[in-house]
Amino acid sequence: MRSLRQFGADFGWPRIIIFFFLIALFVAAPAVGVRIDASLSDVCNRFGQNALFVLALVPMIQSGCGLNFGLSLGIIAGLLGATLSVQFGLHGAVGFFAAIILASPFSILFGWLYGKLLNKVKGEEMTIAMYVGFAGVMFMCIMWLLLPYSAPDMIWGYAGKGLRTTISVENYWIHILNRFLAVRVGQFFYFPTGEILFALFAAFCMWLFLRTKTGTAMTAVGSNPDYARASGISVDKMRIISVIISTMLGAAGIIVYEQSFGFIQLYGAPLAMPFTAIAAILIGGASVKKASMLNVVVGAFLFQGLLTMTPSVINSWLQTDMSEVVRIVVSNGIIIYALTRKTKVSK
Amino acid sequence: METDKTLLSLQNISKDFYGNVVLSDVSFDVKRGEIIGLVGENGAGKTTLMRILFGMNVIRDTGGYHGKVCIEGEEVHFQSPFDALDAGIGMAHQEFSLIPGFTTTENIVLNRESMRPTIFNDVFGDRMSILDRADMRKRAAGTIAKLGVNLDPDTLVSEMPVGHKQFTEIAREINREKTKILVLDEPTAVLTETEAEVLIKALRNLAATGIAIIFISHRLHEVIDVADRVVVLRDGVIVKDTPTQGVTVRDIASWMVGRQVTVDRAEEGVRSFTEDIFEVSHLWVDMPGETVKDMSFTVRKGEIFGIGGLAGQGKLGIPNGIMGLFPAGGEVRLHGKKVELNEPRLALQRGMAFVSEDRRGVGLLLEESLEWNIAFTAMQIQDKYLRPVLGGLFKVRDEAAMRSLTDGYIDILHIKCTSGAQKAMELSGGNQQKICLAKSFAIAPDLLFVSEPTRGIDIGAKRLVLDALHKYNRELGMTIIMVSSELEELRSICDRVAIVDEGRMTGILPPTAELAEFGLLMTGERVSRTSKLEAGNA
Amino acid sequence: MSGKRSFGRFLRENAVILLFLIVTVLAIKPSGLSLVYIGQEMITRLGRDSFLVLALLLPIYAGMGLNFGMTLGAMAGQMGLILAINYNIIGVSGLVFAALVSLPVSLAMGYLCGVVLNKAKGREMVTGYILAFFVNGLYQFVVLYLMGSVIPVRSKAIVLSRGYGIRNTLNLDNVRLSLDNWLPFHAGPFTFPIATFLVIAALCVFIIWFKKTKLGQDMRSVGYDMHVAESSGVPVDRTRIIAIIISTVLATVGQIIFLQNMGNMATYNAHDQTSFFAVAAILVGGASVKKATIPNVFIGVILLHVLFVVSPGAGQKLFGEAMIGEYFRQFIGYGVIALSLVLYAWRTRKEADRLREGLRGGAAAAEGGAK
Repeated sequence: MRSLRQFGADFGWPRIIIFFFLIALFVAAPAVGVRIDASLSDVCNRFGQNALFVLALVPMIQSGCGLNFGLSLGIIAGLLGATLSVQFGLHGAVGFFAAIILASPFSILFGWLYGKLLNKVKGEEMTIAMYVGFAGVMFMCIMWLLLPYSAPDMIWGYAGKGLRTTISVENYWIHILNRFLAVRVGQFFYFPTGEILFALFAAFCMWLFLRTKTGTAMTAVGSNPDYARASGISVDKMRIISVIISTMLGAAGIIVYEQSFGFIQLYGAPLAMPFTAIAAILIGGASVKKASMLNVVVGAFLFQGLLTMTPSVINSWLQTDMSEVVRIVVSNGIIIYALTRKTKVSK
Repeated sequence: METDKTLLSLQNISKDFYGNVVLSDVSFDVKRGEIIGLVGENGAGKTTLMRILFGMNVIRDTGGYHGKVCIEGEEVHFQSPFDALDAGIGMAHQEFSLIPGFTTTENIVLNRESMRPTIFNDVFGDRMSILDRADMRKRAAGTIAKLGVNLDPDTLVSEMPVGHKQFTEIAREINREKTKILVLDEPTAVLTETEAEVLIKALRNLAATGIAIIFISHRLHEVIDVADRVVVLRDGVIVKDTPTQGVTVRDIASWMVGRQVTVDRAEEGVRSFTEDIFEVSHLWVDMPGETVKDMSFTVRKGEIFGIGGLAGQGKLGIPNGIMGLFPAGGEVRLHGKKVELNEPRLALQRGMAFVSEDRRGVGLLLEESLEWNIAFTAMQIQDKYLRPVLGGLFKVRDEAAMRSLTDGYIDILHIKCTSGAQKAMELSGGNQQKICLAKSFAIAPDLLFVSEPTRGIDIGAKRLVLDALHKYNRELGMTIIMVSSELEELRSICDRVAIVDEGRMTGILPPTAELAEFGLLMTGERVSRTSKLEAGNA
Repeated sequence: MSGKRSFGRFLRENAVILLFLIVTVLAIKPSGLSLVYIGQEMITRLGRDSFLVLALLLPIYAGMGLNFGMTLGAMAGQMGLILAINYNIIGVSGLVFAALVSLPVSLAMGYLCGVVLNKAKGREMVTGYILAFFVNGLYQFVVLYLMGSVIPVRSKAIVLSRGYGIRNTLNLDNVRLSLDNWLPFHAGPFTFPIATFLVIAALCVFIIWFKKTKLGQDMRSVGYDMHVAESSGVPVDRTRIIAIIISTVLATVGQIIFLQNMGNMATYNAHDQTSFFAVAAILVGGASVKKATIPNVFIGVILLHVLFVVSPGAGQKLFGEAMIGEYFRQFIGYGVIALSLVLYAWRTRKEADRLREGLRGGAAAAEGGAK
């Protein structure tokens, strides 16, 4: 019994509650007329869509920079890449990968500057990350209106300039990953194999990276910066590397999201995205200082499961739309839980 | 006759930390208006004794104490420092407990401010009273006058010189009306000579008003100068309690370090060494609490060079500065070639390693496995314990090699653990120390710095650690520079022992030298013997 | 030489205010707005927003940083207003009723916020920010689902067509401008809401008086150094909670004042930007995470809101797009907060280094080596 309580304390009661809540939703689903296969398909799809964002948080957590509330900067880099790809009229797989490649110089530059900034403000990274992210998004809002994009699919028809709020990628690279080796079972179940494989491949690369010399050093920096410094590691350099990787993954993440969702969303859309990724990784068991691949996969799955199942089940049951409220309470509640944990006191 | 009333009486105080005896049957009295100088090496028990007196939680949390503490004839049982304050005991610590943004006055009356109640008190409680700043200032000025120092009641503490901060700290303690006994822990450590004189005079003024003072210091002339009696603590026992009349500095020094036990030294005779491996010239290190002001010394290849001295005098600053953990300057040469300072990576690459005194803070990754901890530096500096994957495209951790490395050290150093995969924080202090040693051994350094190698370790483990160092020195020819506050341990394995006081080296002695000489060097005296030793002969 | 250094220091310490002044002055002309219009807007907004910004002072004083959790107080105030409209209480009495009714909720919210922030020492600002979102969810639950169903609502006009839940926009005509127009004062083309100014002045007097009390001194000591305060016997955790409770209650009243000027309330969104505007204002006014004074509040409100007023017009004129002005406002607001936080964090680290040298033997390094 005692070890069960210990397990609960270690893993976190809120997480266990969320896990059982999700199971309960799946069990209740058929009873209120919600198809399990459709739901499962939905969850898998959304998992693939968001997995890369959650993965993007890992390097900065490991290196001690905290939760990356400034992920919007990476997303902006990705949006630049995607819009450029559409502007150049690139289709299919070429268009998709071109978007990622075009986003890279931006994501590396943004990551580098952002990393240098965070190094100067050790100890207050999270709040500053949030506002730098917001300011960046607002700055880009101005840019989306001014930059000389010209492809007719993207710009406002009547004004002749300025990008639209949402740009469809239907004619370009929609579902390009999802369709790859997809599995269809019956009318309601569709498994986007390509997208999931891509996400798992990225997670595998991250796992490999954390086992290299640099990855090991990065983890040490987050675990005990004094220890790392005494072993000759440049704490600042490791942190910047972690920020750059995080930003690059954020950029790739939004492009994967867009090919699945079908639209490029500009202007204010990136504002809320870091928060959902952060809630997901925390639900998966990560803390402000440590995150593993398991946390990423479990967290993304649980969180998207919650977001998918709660509205459909509760709405069907109560005949009312409470999804917003549940989403807000659960995702923010779990972040607060993580922020109020005492960091483990060493022996 | 009544004016000689005993204020504080410690009777048969004993304390142990889980079997490790730190104080044994300590008894002494302090009378009204008396100044007692409390002297002793590190680990003698002074800090623990003061913690008992001050009712600190750590004492209760580790099994309480035996014996009686009596104030004005009545036994007291303090549950917290606030009880001690209430009973009239004030303590001025080494680390100032002041609020930088407040003025002298505000600090002196902190949380005892003069107040005038308002109508809101009835509803919202006492804290809605208005501060009576005029009265606060008057009280503070009164205390400052009592001390007899030149302190401005309106300056911000953040803008004061260090000496004035010390006076403010003391003023705060005696401002409490109830204060009868004042404990001062190394009060002159940060003062200039003039300020120290002012303080000594102030203390005499205070004592004249009836306040008893316990003055803890390693500056023996000051002790003789200001104290009425000196109490010498050694290994948890009072070895001397005598009036300071007629006592010399040398007397106190020898009581402080003298021991019944003879040194347990392997019968090798005196070793001789041929070449110098390491030269230090005019080293300075800015390490808070362990500042090095100006040190120069040479270490010979293959020797075990010991550095001792009291806490806070700078010995710990030496390895921390040379290995780049704290800002340092001066010239350091290894194998004749200059070593660039302030760069931990370069120091490690040149073949030096450091086992830090801060085991948990700097020495270990507590939340990672033993394998990680031991192999880490070797991996980062020497690219060891990595193996190629995907046809040589990347190199990842070679967990198997790390495991076998760890198993090897678990064996050699007798590390008690469940396996190499256990987390470092679960090991006992002694075994953690062995992990730190293993980490440095794994990079096979030419020169190894070890700081406080047996701190917080039980007797059995101490022996093992020292034996391991001895072994690596003899079998692999590793030159070792050992910094320690335990004189015995230095004398048991070192070829020479240097002593540090107030940021400088006061002398180098052979391990067999008289204890009194070590004691004198530790308290700042110079000994004529040393000039011969610096030339390299015994 | 020292003149140059102190000029540099002046620039650094007042960087934000100066930047703002320059940008604002540059934007006035292109905006096409008359100085009279801008002047009146300034007066109105001073009345409307100052109370909310003043609510931020005490948590900063107590060392808890920028209280993003003030939104909790705003939400309590909004619930009070809903009830005032529900019971059809008009004029200033409506406002007073709203304030009194929301008081218990406000106190409870303040206490909750204080307890949570105490558990997240060192991360107060992020936690406060997220807590505001969390409680927003609870607020939505109460207002969108419970009001009208479980909680009886008398006035059908404010309920959604489905039968329960409050409407998205609440018409506040009952109490609109009731405080502002209570004692109006006209001087030339300008109208001054004297009653509102008096309320604000009363709060300023309260704050000044409060800092003189023992509780105020305790908060100050906790703000400087929690450990020293604690070892001197100051009840640190309780003092911090009190600071947050006061701030929350002030935010409640402040939001009520804000909304009576707006005239209508976006039931589910009115509080979204409350903390953003208040924090941006106080930072623009020259405050930092550790230090804020009453002049910072007023300077900040004026500067921030003048810029907000002229941006859309300036954006239209300079770039041909009104939206740019809108985005520019947001960008400046977030940018100011980010810049202030960065400057503060950077300065704190430099302070810590300097303090360390002053406390113990840094003399050797300062002298540049051994002598």
